[in-house]
Amino acid sequence: MSRLAACFDALRQRRRTGLIPYVTAGDPQPEITVALLHALVEAGADVLELGVPFSDPMADGPTIQAACERALRHHTGLADVLEMVREFRRGNAHTPVVLMGYLNPIEVMGYDDFAGAAQAAGVDGVLTVDLPPEEGADLVAALKSREIDTIFLAAPTSDAGRIERMSASGGGFLYYVSFKGVTGANRLDVGAVRDQVSRIRAHTGLPVGVGFGIRDAQTAARIAAFADAVIVGSALVKRIAALADQPQRIVAEAPEVIAQMRAAMDADGAQAAAN
Amino acid sequence: MVTQTGPTADTPGFSEMPDARGHFGVYGGRFVAETLMGPLEELRLAYERYVGDADFQAELDHDLAQFVGRPSPLYHAERWSRELGGAQIYLKREDLNHTGAHKVNNTVGQAMLAKRMGKRRIIAETGAGQHGVASATVAARYGMQCVVYMGAEDIRRQAINVYRMRLLGAEVVAVESGSRTLKDALNEAMRDWVSNVDDTFYIIGTVAGPHPYPAMVRDFQAVIGREARAQILAQAGRLPDALIACVGGGSNAIGLFHPFLEDRQVALYGVEGGGKGLDSGQHAAPLCAGRPGVLHGNRTYLMEDADGQIIETHSVSAGLDYPGVGPEHAWLKDIGRASYVAATDGEALQAFHELTRTEGIMPALESSHALAYARRLAPTLDKDRILIVNLSGRGDKDIHTVAALEGIQV
Repeated sequence: MSRLAACFDALRQRRRTGLIPYVTAGDPQPEITVALLHALVEAGADVLELGVPFSDPMADGPTIQAACERALRHHTGLADVLEMVREFRRGNAHTPVVLMGYLNPIEVMGYDDFAGAAQAAGVDGVLTVDLPPEEGADLVAALKSREIDTIFLAAPTSDAGRIERMSASGGGFLYYVSFKGVTGANRLDVGAVRDQVSRIRAHTGLPVGVGFGIRDAQTAARIAAFADAVIVGSALVKRIAALADQPQRIVAEAPEVIAQMRAAMDADGAQAAAN
Repeated sequence: MVTQTGPTADTPGFSEMPDARGHFGVYGGRFVAETLMGPLEELRLAYERYVGDADFQAELDHDLAQFVGRPSPLYHAERWSRELGGAQIYLKREDLNHTGAHKVNNTVGQAMLAKRMGKRRIIAETGAGQHGVASATVAARYGMQCVVYMGAEDIRRQAINVYRMRLLGAEVVAVESGSRTLKDALNEAMRDWVSNVDDTFYIIGTVAGPHPYPAMVRDFQAVIGREARAQILAQAGRLPDALIACVGGGSNAIGLFHPFLEDRQVALYGVEGGGKGLDSGQHAAPLCAGRPGVLHGNRTYLMEDADGQIIETHSVSAGLDYPGVGPEHAWLKDIGRASYVAATDGEALQAFHELTRTEGIMPALESSHALAYARRLAPTLDKDRILIVNLSGRGDKDIHTVAALEGIQV
C-alpha cells in the first residue's frame, strides 16, 4: 500500500481529519526547508505538500507568487526540491510528501527521469496544477510505474464525468478547490463547499482534501467536519513571508498556524464524537 | 521527442489542424487549472457553433468592412524593390486598419462571440499596448466593461497607449509580479479569468493559450491571407514565391500563412525578434533558439533555463517580447512547412528607416523585423520573383523608442 493510502486509512480508523500544510521549497532560503518540514509534522501535519518554485505560477494568488519569487532568488529548481525530500526522508520514513507545482520543470527533466528521481527521493504524490487528466496520461503512467500517485484538482466547475475520470487515473486523494479563483483568495463559502464535497463523493472513492482560502483555525475546523483532509497554503506562507528577514525564526514560529488548526480540528472532532 | 511529419495522403491536411483536443502534432493542447476546463469547453462549443452561423458571419463581415476598414490594400513597394535590386515586394497593409494594426481583426471577432455568450465583461493582456487598445476599442464599440492587464515595466515604456486605453473607457491594471512584462500580464489575466469566469470573456491577443484560442484567433486573423491571396492573383496573375511575417506570439504570421499552407510552392518565413543577436542570449526567438515546454495553457517552443523556468526576453519591439509562440508555428517548424529566422534590433531599425524614406510608410518595429528579412532575401532573387510582407502595424507608437535609441529628444 502506498504511503498516502496507508496514511488516509490510519486517519479514518482514528476518526481524524488530515491536515496538509503547503510550503514552497526554498522559501525564503533553501537551507531551512527540511527543518521546516519536520517542524510541520511536529505541529500536526499528516501529509506534506512541497511546492516546486516556478517562474509563472498562473493559478496562485499574490502570497504564493511572492514565495516562488523568494525561492527563485536562490535558484531552487526541481532537482534541488527532490534533494530536500531525500534529506527529509532520512529523518522521517512515514509522512507522505506530495510535490505541487507546474508542468514545465517536469517536462524539462523528462517524465521518466523525473518519476525515477522522485521515487528514489521518497516522493509519494505529484500534483501538477496545469495538467488536467486529458493531457496527463503519459505522466500518470510514468509515475504509476514508480508507485507514485498523481493527485488531481477538482473544481466547482468539474462535472461528474470529469471527477470519475480523475478518480480512475489519479490516486492518493482528490484535491477539491473550494472556489473559482486563485490560492489565498478570500471567497470561501463553507456551506457551498460542503454541498460540493457531498456531490463529489458520489463519483469518487478517493479521500477528498479541501484547499484554497482556508485562513484560520476556526475555518479549518468547519471544513474538517466533512472533508478527509484540510489543505493550508497561503495562511502558512504568509507567516513565512512575515519572517523572511529573520529566517532563523521561521522553523520555530511559522508552524504555530498549523498547530492551532490541528487543535481546533481535534477539539471539534472530539465534541462531534461525544455527541 | 516525437518525430513529426507533415500532412500526406494518409494524414490530416493543414485545414484539419488542430485535432479535436487542440493538438498540432505534439504542440498545443489545454494545460490549465481544472477550474478553466469547463469554461474552455463552453467557449469551444460556442465558437464552433457561431463560426458556421450565417448571421454571425454577416455581422463580422460588416464590422470588418465598416468599422475596421477591410479589405486592407496589397501594395507593390516598387521603389524599395528597385533599390534592393531583386524580387518584387508587396506589402499587406494591416497598418491601415482601424487602431493601426492587425490585432483588431481578432478583437472584433472575439467581442462578437462574447456578446452572444452573454458575457458583459472582457479582459485582455497586452505588451506594447496594441492588443489592449484593440480590446478597449471593441469594448467601447459593443458597450462592454473592459479590464486590460499590462506589465508595470511596459506601462512605463508605452505611456501613450495606456492613455489611449483609458480614453476608451478601459481600466488598465499594472502587473507588478515576475518580470513585469507581457508574460506576467498574461498570468494575471488568467488569474482574473479563473476568479470571474461566470461573467467574463478573456480575449487572448495571439495564437497561443489553451485550445480553442490558437485555432480561433488564427481563424479570425486568416482574413489577412485570404485577401492577400486573391489580391496577388488579381494584381500579378500568380501566387507569390514567399510570404514573410514577424512572429511574437505569431497571430499576424499565421493569419497570412494559413490560407497558403496547401500551396506548397509558396515559401513561408516567420521572423522572430533577434534582439542583440541569437549568440548574445538577449533575444525573443524561441523557435530559433528555444526548446519545447509548457506555458500559458499550451505546449510550444519556449525561452527557458535548465530548470524549466521561463527566462526574460529582449527585443526592441515590445510586441515581440514574449518567451513563447503559438503552437501551430511550433508544428509548422518541425514539419518543415515554414522556416523561422531572426532579425536583430539593428536590422529592424535599418528596415524601419528604409521603408519610411523610400515608400513614405512608417512601419511598426514589430513589422520592421519582417521587412528586415525581406531586405536580406529580395536581393538574392530574380526581379520576377514575388514576396509578400505582412506590414502588421504602423510605426506611430514607436517614434519615441526610435528617437530615444538615436539620442533624440522628441
